[in-house]
Amino acid sequence: MTSIRKLGAAAIATLIATAAFAGGHSSTPEEAAIKARNAHMSLYGFNLGPLGAMVKEEAPYDAAVAAALAGNLAALASIDTGAYWIEGTDMSVDGSRAKPEIWSDAEGFAAAEMAMTEAATALAAVAGNDLDALKASFGAVGQACGDCHKAYRGPRQ
Amino acid sequence: MLGAIGAGVGWWVTSPNPLPGDALAGLSGDVDRGALVFAASGYASCHMAEDGPKDVLSGGKTFKTQFGTFVAPNISSDPVAGIGGWDDQDIANAVLRGLSPAGQHYYPVFPYGAYNKMTPQDTADLIAYLRTLPASDVPNQTNDVGFPFSIRRLNGGWKRVAMVDDWVMQSPPTPEIERGRYLVEALGHCAECHTPRNAIGGLDTGAWMMGAPFPVGEGRVPGIAPSVLLWSADEIADYLESGFTPDFDSAGGEMAAVVENTAQLTDSDRMAIAQYLKALPNEGSDD
Repeated sequence: MTSIRKLGAAAIATLIATAAFAGGHSSTPEEAAIKARNAHMSLYGFNLGPLGAMVKEEAPYDAAVAAALAGNLAALASIDTGAYWIEGTDMSVDGSRAKPEIWSDAEGFAAAEMAMTEAATALAAVAGNDLDALKASFGAVGQACGDCHKAYRGPRQ
Repeated sequence: MLGAIGAGVGWWVTSPNPLPGDALAGLSGDVDRGALVFAASGYASCHMAEDGPKDVLSGGKTFKTQFGTFVAPNISSDPVAGIGGWDDQDIANAVLRGLSPAGQHYYPVFPYGAYNKMTPQDTADLIAYLRTLPASDVPNQTNDVGFPFSIRRLNGGWKRVAMVDDWVMQSPPTPEIERGRYLVEALGHCAECHTPRNAIGGLDTGAWMMGAPFPVGEGRVPGIAPSVLLWSADEIADYLESGFTPDFDSAGGEMAAVVENTAQLTDSDRMAIAQYLKALPNEGSDD
């Protein structure tokens, strides 16, 4: 199981790297990093969507699907994102909504990332058990998203 | 002579207009209901210290605008640094009329142009709740506002010519939408960020909720009128509870703080907000 998870994480990392290059080979390292960040966020949304539909009971609960999606979130949340945050790629740059606090408050940012890792890992551990377990742990993931976005993501340009 | 008349008119135009002395007569505030008014009105989002906690309203958050930099004051229950020494009428005049106990105009960064539509009972409940919150002795910081905006008296003129006094949606078609109008236009003061402003900082009601430049920094605040925001009412209500957009992006920045507030409201109030937004004119579409 662990090795499958790792494989999943590796596949996602590859996907992100591919997405980063999809914009063309002429991307600067800064542009590539911003694209990778945005792609990473899209993957969160892609996996959260069907899980959220189950939580809201708009879609029937499916244990296997829920476990897989939550596993993907945990994998996404455990990727080392250190290479994303190149100095000078804050919201003053096109395509970036990263607040300067990501760099000026690196410790707080790392803690916010860790909170997401913990919430997603906790969700993955129980999402396949039953709907109540999924519901009980889903909110903490949303909280982690919101807490980080509140402090470290600026408005649209 | 003309100059003297002009000055006289100017003095009158900029004069304070406090509440009648019996504005809260016969009302007793309910602390629990006041907590909901407090959340719906976003008090903590502006008046808590940068790192919280949310119930200590020591102020200090800065608002950098084109007119100057304003600092949220201490409105905790401390009798000296905060508003613990004010009577109910003083607080009501601040919230509903934008006036200090001494009759000075507050700057409209304090959204009294929305709160002025708060019901007397909600005002009494809010005041009762504010009095239960802890005291903080953090002193107020001064605003950094250049001439001519440094003349507080001018805010009196602003109130008369630029402030939106009345409801923007004049005839809400259902009681639910009327409730939503109250939550959005009065307590929630959503338009302060989601509606563009004219040259003197008044809200442009012709572009109500159509999105605007972020008033206190870089970037844009998205529009939430039906022609711009295509979410269903259910999706809007869900967002105001969970912070998740329909495609599972999540609220950030100032809006994350707003969602922390709206998450405390009832389901029916969140749906009322959503139905109000859906009932706004669908400008720019073929409908």
